[in-house]
Amino acid sequence: MTTEHQLTAENLSLGYKDRTVIEGLELAVAPGRVTAIVGANACGKSTLLRSMSRLLSPRAGQVLLDGKEVHKLPAKELARTLGLLPQSPLAPEGITVSDLVGRGRHPHQGVFSRWSVADDTAVAAALEATHTVELADRAVDELSGGQRQRVWIAMALAQETDLLLLDEPTTFLDVQHQVEVLDLLTDLNRSRGTTVVMVLHDLNLAARYCDHLVAIAGGKVHAAGRPCEVLTEDTVRAVFGLDSKVIIDPTSGGPLMLPIGRHHMVA
Amino acid sequence: MSTVESVTPSGAAVVRRPRRVRLLWFLVCLGLIAVLIVASIAVGTRFVPVPTILDALGGADDTLDQAVIRVRIPRTVLALLAGAALAVSGAVFQGVTRNPLADPGILGINMGASLAVVVGLAYFGLSNPNSYIWAAIAGAAISAVFVYAIGSLGRGGPTPLKLALAGAATSAALVSFVTAVILPRNDIAENVQSWQIGGVGGATFERIWQVLPFLGAGLAVCLLSARSLNSLALGDDVAAGLGERVAIARGLASLGAVMLCGATTAICGPIGFVGLVVPHGCRLLVGPDHRWLLPFSALTGAGLLLAADVIGRIVARPGEIDVGIITAFVGAPFFIYIVRRQKVRAL
Repeated sequence: MTTEHQLTAENLSLGYKDRTVIEGLELAVAPGRVTAIVGANACGKSTLLRSMSRLLSPRAGQVLLDGKEVHKLPAKELARTLGLLPQSPLAPEGITVSDLVGRGRHPHQGVFSRWSVADDTAVAAALEATHTVELADRAVDELSGGQRQRVWIAMALAQETDLLLLDEPTTFLDVQHQVEVLDLLTDLNRSRGTTVVMVLHDLNLAARYCDHLVAIAGGKVHAAGRPCEVLTEDTVRAVFGLDSKVIIDPTSGGPLMLPIGRHHMVA
Repeated sequence: MSTVESVTPSGAAVVRRPRRVRLLWFLVCLGLIAVLIVASIAVGTRFVPVPTILDALGGADDTLDQAVIRVRIPRTVLALLAGAALAVSGAVFQGVTRNPLADPGILGINMGASLAVVVGLAYFGLSNPNSYIWAAIAGAAISAVFVYAIGSLGRGGPTPLKLALAGAATSAALVSFVTAVILPRNDIAENVQSWQIGGVGGATFERIWQVLPFLGAGLAVCLLSARSLNSLALGDDVAAGLGERVAIARGLASLGAVMLCGATTAICGPIGFVGLVVPHGCRLLVGPDHRWLLPFSALTGAGLLLAADVIGRIVARPGEIDVGIITAFVGAPFFIYIVRRQKVRAL
């Protein structure tokens, strides 16, 4: 259903003004898989995501999509292959869910083209996939945080891209909505073959929901691979400076990290 | 969550927008404007009965009434055009800056256009109206960039209140510059009074023809930007993710809006608040989609400014009050209402 795309970063350096955040980073996103990027606060994981989606130009190195430099591709052409859901998108006051989701069709429309059947179908499919059909006529302002996040994902889906980048899609959500959103992204990956790359805060949820875990530290990829290879006590110490115990998650069989603080220890 | 699949209706029905409501409002607006046009021709220092108006529209001009009508027709047309232009310009500035307080008057852009015209008249001997228009557009553009730059300084970038404050301060300064330029110049004082307070009283078809290409071009640019404005409304990152070239889209839409308010100011002087009030009202009627909002703002703005002009001729009979003053009376309380609302950042 979807074509597989190679998204890679080569010798990538990124920064803002006088501060360098990422330096000489190498990364290849696994096509057709779910990749989670984790790391300490301000380690540059969001910056990396922004750069992979053309929002930030690299200082050195390049981001390649199927061998072509992302920053040199025509904007709309790129937006038909690669979608981005940033951390805090804005919903205009009074906008309805269907209108918001419809705006995801932007890269498929020309200046003079009218709303097409393909647009209708894509929006309907996006609403169905995110279980927001019954919200279609509601105003986005009225929705709960979890519903709202599903609507934003629906907008990204209406864009019909083979790659979807999400910056902390679960922040500010209650745990049940976090799981709901991550389940939804997994559904997408499995049913449509969409390549998903997401920055996540919660290490355990990241390990549970991704096929490929990338840990960023010191402006570089510290470790990357299957969650059980990456989420180790050594990695947690190196990346977060935290002592921990990693056990087998009894529900998923994957790794589960338990932080060790200075208090509350079993004797 | 999994139970939802069973009730999914077919795609088209789900996303169909409430076109009928919008169409209805459209017709209501058109009807109101038609009534206002008749009122605008009939009402004034001298009241003209409606049958005479119809005769005059048919071409007759042998009675005094019909001669009066000849003067009021261009005035009516200018009020409609200026109202439409200012309202669209305000809607676009609100979209570009995501700022609910944006308006070419509040942001000081109209005053910038005015100052440019006055300076051109006083020091550069501008004489043909076409050069007024160019000067006004240039002045509008410079003040728009200046206010945006000032409003963006400091923490948090161009927040709604900072932009409005920068605009108000700039506007106040520009008003005094205009006065300073005019005061020592008795020779031009009479010509330039209309660039201190906006009005449509001096309208002639000749001037309207001169400004029409600029208004047309500005309107076309703004309408073509509607879809980009829809993307920008979701935040710069989302817009860029949707394939919008954010800076270019913003620049282009602003250019269209600057042309509209600059050209309008060149012939009417600075008229404020139309660009503030109208888009907010229209958003309530047709929602935040700019493809609907811009044409509706044009229509409603035309009606509002015409109504203001008619009111200005009624309340001060046998004299008249300039529309710029009437719109300020309507707009200033509205401005305060928007500032006091908690959602001032949520556009």
